[in-house]
Amino acid sequence: MNNPATSADLRADNKASTFDIVQKSLAKRRSAERRFKAYGLTGIMLGLMFLLVLFTSIIGKGYTAFVQTQVKLDIYFDAEWLDPEHGGDDSLAKADYNGLIKKSLSTAFPEVTERRDKRDLYAMVSSGAGFLLREMVVTDKSLLGKTVPVWLPADDDIDMLMKGHIDREQDQANRRVNDKQLAWIDRLSQEARIEKHFNALFFTAGDSREPEMAGIRGALMGSLLTLIGTFLLSFPIGVATAVYLEEFAPINKFTDFIEVNINNLAAVPSIVFGLLGLAMFINFFGLPRSTPIIGCLVLTLMTLPTIIIAGRASLKSVPPSIREAALGMGASKLQTITHHVLPLAMPGMMTGSIIGMARALGETAPLLMIGMVAFIVDVPTSFTQPSTVLPVQIYLWADSPERAFVERTSAAIMVLLFFLISMNGLAVYLRRRYERRW
Amino acid sequence: MSPSILLILLLILAYVGFYAGKKRAVGCVEGKVKFLHSLPGFYGFYVSLWSVIPALLITLIWLIVEPVWMTQAVTAQLPEEMINLPPERLNLVLNDIRNVVNGSTLATQSDSVILDAASHYESLQSLSHWLMAIVTIGLSMACMWISCQRIHQHYRARNAVEKAVTGGMVICSTIAIFTTLGIVSSVAYESFLFFQSVPVFDFLFGLDWSPQTAMRSDQVGSSGAFGAIPLFTGTLLVSLIAMLVAVPIGLMSAIYLSEFAGPTFRATAKPTLEILAGIPTVVYGFFAALTVAPFIRETGEAMGLSVSSESALAAGLVMGVMIIPFVSSLSDDVINAVPQSLRDGAYALGATQAETIKQIIFPAALPGIVGSILLAVSRAIGETMILVMAAGLSANLTFNPFEAVTTVTVQIVTLLVGDQEFDSPKTLAAFALGLVLFVVTLMLNVFALYIVRKYREQYE
Repeated sequence: MNNPATSADLRADNKASTFDIVQKSLAKRRSAERRFKAYGLTGIMLGLMFLLVLFTSIIGKGYTAFVQTQVKLDIYFDAEWLDPEHGGDDSLAKADYNGLIKKSLSTAFPEVTERRDKRDLYAMVSSGAGFLLREMVVTDKSLLGKTVPVWLPADDDIDMLMKGHIDREQDQANRRVNDKQLAWIDRLSQEARIEKHFNALFFTAGDSREPEMAGIRGALMGSLLTLIGTFLLSFPIGVATAVYLEEFAPINKFTDFIEVNINNLAAVPSIVFGLLGLAMFINFFGLPRSTPIIGCLVLTLMTLPTIIIAGRASLKSVPPSIREAALGMGASKLQTITHHVLPLAMPGMMTGSIIGMARALGETAPLLMIGMVAFIVDVPTSFTQPSTVLPVQIYLWADSPERAFVERTSAAIMVLLFFLISMNGLAVYLRRRYERRW
Repeated sequence: MSPSILLILLLILAYVGFYAGKKRAVGCVEGKVKFLHSLPGFYGFYVSLWSVIPALLITLIWLIVEPVWMTQAVTAQLPEEMINLPPERLNLVLNDIRNVVNGSTLATQSDSVILDAASHYESLQSLSHWLMAIVTIGLSMACMWISCQRIHQHYRARNAVEKAVTGGMVICSTIAIFTTLGIVSSVAYESFLFFQSVPVFDFLFGLDWSPQTAMRSDQVGSSGAFGAIPLFTGTLLVSLIAMLVAVPIGLMSAIYLSEFAGPTFRATAKPTLEILAGIPTVVYGFFAALTVAPFIRETGEAMGLSVSSESALAAGLVMGVMIIPFVSSLSDDVINAVPQSLRDGAYALGATQAETIKQIIFPAALPGIVGSILLAVSRAIGETMILVMAAGLSANLTFNPFEAVTTVTVQIVTLLVGDQEFDSPKTLAAFALGLVLFVVTLMLNVFALYIVRKYREQYE
């Protein structure tokens, strides 16, 4: 194009040559090109930036929940106080353990005598701390009659203050921790009796109204049960459907109808599955509300399309020569599939179902419909016990007014994201490790 | 005997059946396996299937019929005045009895009639479970014996087993049909009940939404208004904001990734972007309510705007971020499907890459891109958790993005979460909303898939 002879010839014609027009507009066109490219890059960068902001915001809010402010108290396990009638285990289980904490606090702060001050003093230790003492006594009765230093969780307001979420300089009337409590806290921290420790309760306790006593164990168990049930139901059904549609089904109206149904179900909003669960499984079949069994039925119907579509794709990728070879050796159609095609397609199917399971693990809306949103303290151990799941727990905590629940919600989100990322990582690994290009 | 132990016993019987069938088949030909019609394992499977499937079917039917029959038996034993109670009161009593049996209420709190009935219920239940176990295991063994007897040298066990397996697969694949049927019938039936108390026209075109109905007929207060227009406009507003975020960003990312980016950049940026689609919506909801909404309110107030703390803008923005990967990966596929020859033709005419994209590829891919945007819209309309947590509950009829709006999905959740009686218009309204949601998303999807498929055929 840059041939001078040609341009000279054209110029000789004394017309505005195409070459000149192109040459003139070239700079503009090149900058338009650069601008367009920059828009594209901006799009991607914006997307990645949102991701970064989301993660930093969640982690920034939540990492403090993995430690918990605890107060060291010398607890005298008074046998007379706990079990005055010597009733044994039964009365030990019902005894007033908070009384022990109050006594210990009174001994530590003898100068506090007024009723209101005493109440403020007692409020510094979690109201659930008594249960921890009971646990200690029930597991180890030799504690009775001894004085033992025990680290007990502080109340959530004290915890928030220690983590810097409550401003010390603020006016006392607007502050959830009053000046006297501040002074006691300072004294305790001088004596190294108030410290932040790893928050083991967060992983071992069920839900609670008290943020410092609340944990995700119940929700995790609920999620685990629901997910196991979902996998056990949806994987065999999904694989069977994929095999039938891909390998056996004749091409007719009925098969078409099934395919249309599967494709549409894949795009139905998840909340509609919740409505189905409520109307069908709970009201019509009378299955127990709020239980993992009904959760996994709903989630199975929801994840089936994903598994079927992934399964069909991986069956399609197995070359026909494999089938022809097996059939040529005299294998029946079913033998061909179970002995040769399915093992080759299995990694792809597993990848698809793991991704489906990851979606099911993060699903909230349909589970709200079927009542898995109840406040449940006990850790569920079977499919028919009322339970909740991790995303619903996040939703419930996000609704709680206490400031301390914000960091716990973020921490629960971090746990949920950890599981999701590991599951997706496993799926990617399986794909990389076992995927075969034919 | 509990049903789970019974299930384990049946599995053991299946295992026994397998070996019994195999042994008998091999015995038939005195060990010369090559004279058998099928491989010995098929005879094993044949007996195994016979010993499990009929027994399982009986158990299933038993477990479905049992509660109905037990309720009748227990009701018949109740004192006269209780039987004559109105049906809903009777149901409460029966629930009490069941709760005592399950141990979810302490037995000491209930009165003696309930306790008697509960113990009656319990004894009936254990009797029924024992009967079920005996019948099932008896049936399983009988079937095993009969099917064993039928085995001989020329018996076509492979054909029988394959027929059964194919039948099982057909049943599995019809589950999709039954799910759709279940959704349509349950939602449509409850909506039908709803439309008997509220006219369809009032529901679809009414301007006022306040679903709180009076508990008693003599109570003063709201009688409930079920005009869904504020919900529809709210849904539209939030979806519109979301699409305004998602479409430009998603589309530009897709174009960059498919046309400009090098293979390594593409291999890292694409999956990273797709993480956005894998994050649970409840996480986005938390992010929208606690980070984005306060940020928008502060920025708005700094500029002198009054922004509600649960604004449509915050929810829409975050939802848009969630939808970016849907738009980008679907459009990416569509753009990649445009034949290379079109690009080469444009380059040969001297077009720059950007001109090729804008004037050749984009128009060629447009139907597919529209399809992918429609799919994203249907996703936005059906999104629930972000809106439940960030969009608020007040049904304002407004197009101001700084105000709180409510959407169809939010109302479904608020109407149905918690314990309500199931026949009030308030709960039934949720199903009517669900019907609208299902129909609209279904139409969008069918239309979008139709466009995408039609477009694909063009270039294949």
